[in-house]
Amino acid sequence: MCGFGGYFGSVRDAEALLARMTSAIAHRGPDEQGKFVAPEAGLGHARLSVIGIGDGQQPMSDETGNLTIAFNGEIFNYVELREGLLAKGRRFRTSSDTEVLLQLYDEMGEDCLPLLNGDFAFAIWDNRRRRMVLARDRMGVRPLFYTSKDGVLYFASEIKALLKVPGISAEIDPIALDQIFTLWAPIAPRTAFRDIHELGPASVMIATEGQVTVKPYWHLDYPHRDTPSKITDEDDAAEELRTLLTDAVRLRMRADVPVGSYLSGGLDSSLVSALAAGMTPLKLQTFSVTFDSAEHDESAFQTEMASALGTRHRTIACRAGDIADVFPEVIRFTERPIIRTAPAPLYQLSGLVRQAGLKVVLTGEGADEVFAGYDVFKEARVRRFCGRQPASRIRPQLFRKLYPYLPGLQQQSVEYLAAFFGTGSAALDDPLFSHRPRFKTTSAAKMFFSGDLRATLMGYNAVEELAGRLPEAFSRWHPLHQAQYLETRFLLPGYILSSQGDRMAMAHGIEGRFPFLDHRLVEFAARLPPEMKLKGLVEKHILRKVAKHLLPTAISERTKQPYRAPEARSFVGPGELDYVRDSLSEASIAAGGLFNAKAVANLHEKCRLQPASGFRDNAAFVGILSTQLWQKIFTGEKVGAARAA
Amino acid sequence: MVAIKDKVKTFIVDNFLFGDTSYELADSASLIENGIIDSTAVLELVAFIEDDFGIAMVDADIVPANLDSIDRISAFIKAKAEALAA
Repeated sequence: MCGFGGYFGSVRDAEALLARMTSAIAHRGPDEQGKFVAPEAGLGHARLSVIGIGDGQQPMSDETGNLTIAFNGEIFNYVELREGLLAKGRRFRTSSDTEVLLQLYDEMGEDCLPLLNGDFAFAIWDNRRRRMVLARDRMGVRPLFYTSKDGVLYFASEIKALLKVPGISAEIDPIALDQIFTLWAPIAPRTAFRDIHELGPASVMIATEGQVTVKPYWHLDYPHRDTPSKITDEDDAAEELRTLLTDAVRLRMRADVPVGSYLSGGLDSSLVSALAAGMTPLKLQTFSVTFDSAEHDESAFQTEMASALGTRHRTIACRAGDIADVFPEVIRFTERPIIRTAPAPLYQLSGLVRQAGLKVVLTGEGADEVFAGYDVFKEARVRRFCGRQPASRIRPQLFRKLYPYLPGLQQQSVEYLAAFFGTGSAALDDPLFSHRPRFKTTSAAKMFFSGDLRATLMGYNAVEELAGRLPEAFSRWHPLHQAQYLETRFLLPGYILSSQGDRMAMAHGIEGRFPFLDHRLVEFAARLPPEMKLKGLVEKHILRKVAKHLLPTAISERTKQPYRAPEARSFVGPGELDYVRDSLSEASIAAGGLFNAKAVANLHEKCRLQPASGFRDNAAFVGILSTQLWQKIFTGEKVGAARAA
Repeated sequence: MVAIKDKVKTFIVDNFLFGDTSYELADSASLIENGIIDSTAVLELVAFIEDDFGIAMVDADIVPANLDSIDRISAFIKAKAEALAA
């Protein structure tokens, strides 16, 4: 796991440029740095040594010097790929997965990508064909950004490295801001930075002189909803899933350093930890975050699970005020405004792993997308159930069962429940049916946009753009699979794996590994009939079947508790930090130009007086504060330092 | 009725639109459809009607038919006030 940056084209002071770019992402690879400079291409690399510690230095060239790679991530099946290459007569100079990837590319070009089982982003300078090849893993675990300036293509693992290129500066992209305040994340290739792009998951970019092409090498696909599933026996399916998950964990335990595991206390990370604990000769090290507030805390389940597995367990407490303390650093690493604080405790957690001396952790992330764990899937099912009988006063009561942790919702009348979830008005054949309420609720926070920003965005609709990005086959999928696709292809790479995943872990030089996102497992889960995933209103049914034999009943039968963290109330009240007050002052908001200063002042005051504000107010508060911080950190504007008049 | 409506409108602008008077909200516009209120805000609205108009609201009153626009809220308050006065 590492970070890299580079260019394709002719640049001045290449060595110095690469040094600046690499230094900007040194946190991703604190162990070593390296550079490669050719007349029309350059690569810089910051290395976190995990596999081939003594001989995996990068950038790495082949024996002829014609191919050079900078690589971030891991190819988990490199052992098997290496054996295949050895059988073809190839010889290796190192024990690293990097060299396996380089030789595989030498053998097959970009056609090697479907053979890789890994989390990766890489750049290969192919001197023979005079081209730069950039690629990213299927699910979007590892990041890769690019931009061009004066005919030169620049790329890097994080955008902060691109900002080291002379002439490239940070400017907020208003469309991206609209997307974040609607969909929670920009739609790739768009980023929060105007004219800086993201290479999408499962994509390869080939740059030759005068031409750049981007194409996908893998698609997430689901069966036609009218085609009977070939998977009919639930016990057989559970057994196959257990085999696949076990192998996914086994591959992700490959490292020349100890591998730990996050343990949230929920089903997914508990399963991963249980499997990992059985594969390591050492005591597995597990890590959890705890909260002061009972509505967020899962420490009782974490303790039970750690005790059942006999792990060496460490926790870090996220106390009142901790989120505010780390939030500016969190935004420096997310490199985008965010509307939730959930990344902040994960930033603390990766710091704990680093303190413990580990570099690699397994996580349970991805299971909720792949096996339909999120509330949004159940909510869509209940909405369809209500939509079939819009006059029913009984059916909407199911919404109370879905959200026991939202007290405001528990107290609502049936009529209001039906109105909030749009059960009567929503078109059942709408391709975005499952996510409309979330988009609508989030969009309400855009009421704080300034008049200028609204004018700039006039006529733009983020939800329509999302609808336009759906694949042609989408309309033929089962509604549950449509909803899973939206989560898996947009929110997972756009928010979960980036803002909460890679960026928070790499802030402390920690590599997260995601067994549930092994592509074999993802493809298998996509073929499962919907009822094996969401059975009635029980989420992840098939996974629970697997867990039954591996976990204590209290964990395997536990209803999912969404991972959340305290929002606006983390920042307001006695002891409010200067940067919060400054960033949200009327003078700062006016200087930033993106929000209505008076309305923000009133929101700030409301959150002080009434800390348990609803979703809209919390999302707006966190979104506005993070946007202000983003501007201060990346554009250097004094929006957070200005004093109120 | 005008006085009631003005008071309701002021409450909604101050509390749910955060004083942003540039936001064009028709008196008949749905507060839910336009993202003005969420489940927490409904309860704030109920507290406002009870505190400022001296009207006790039972659960059956707290439905969109009574509260989902400035017009509906105003009509509801007027009807309740008249019933109290009768």
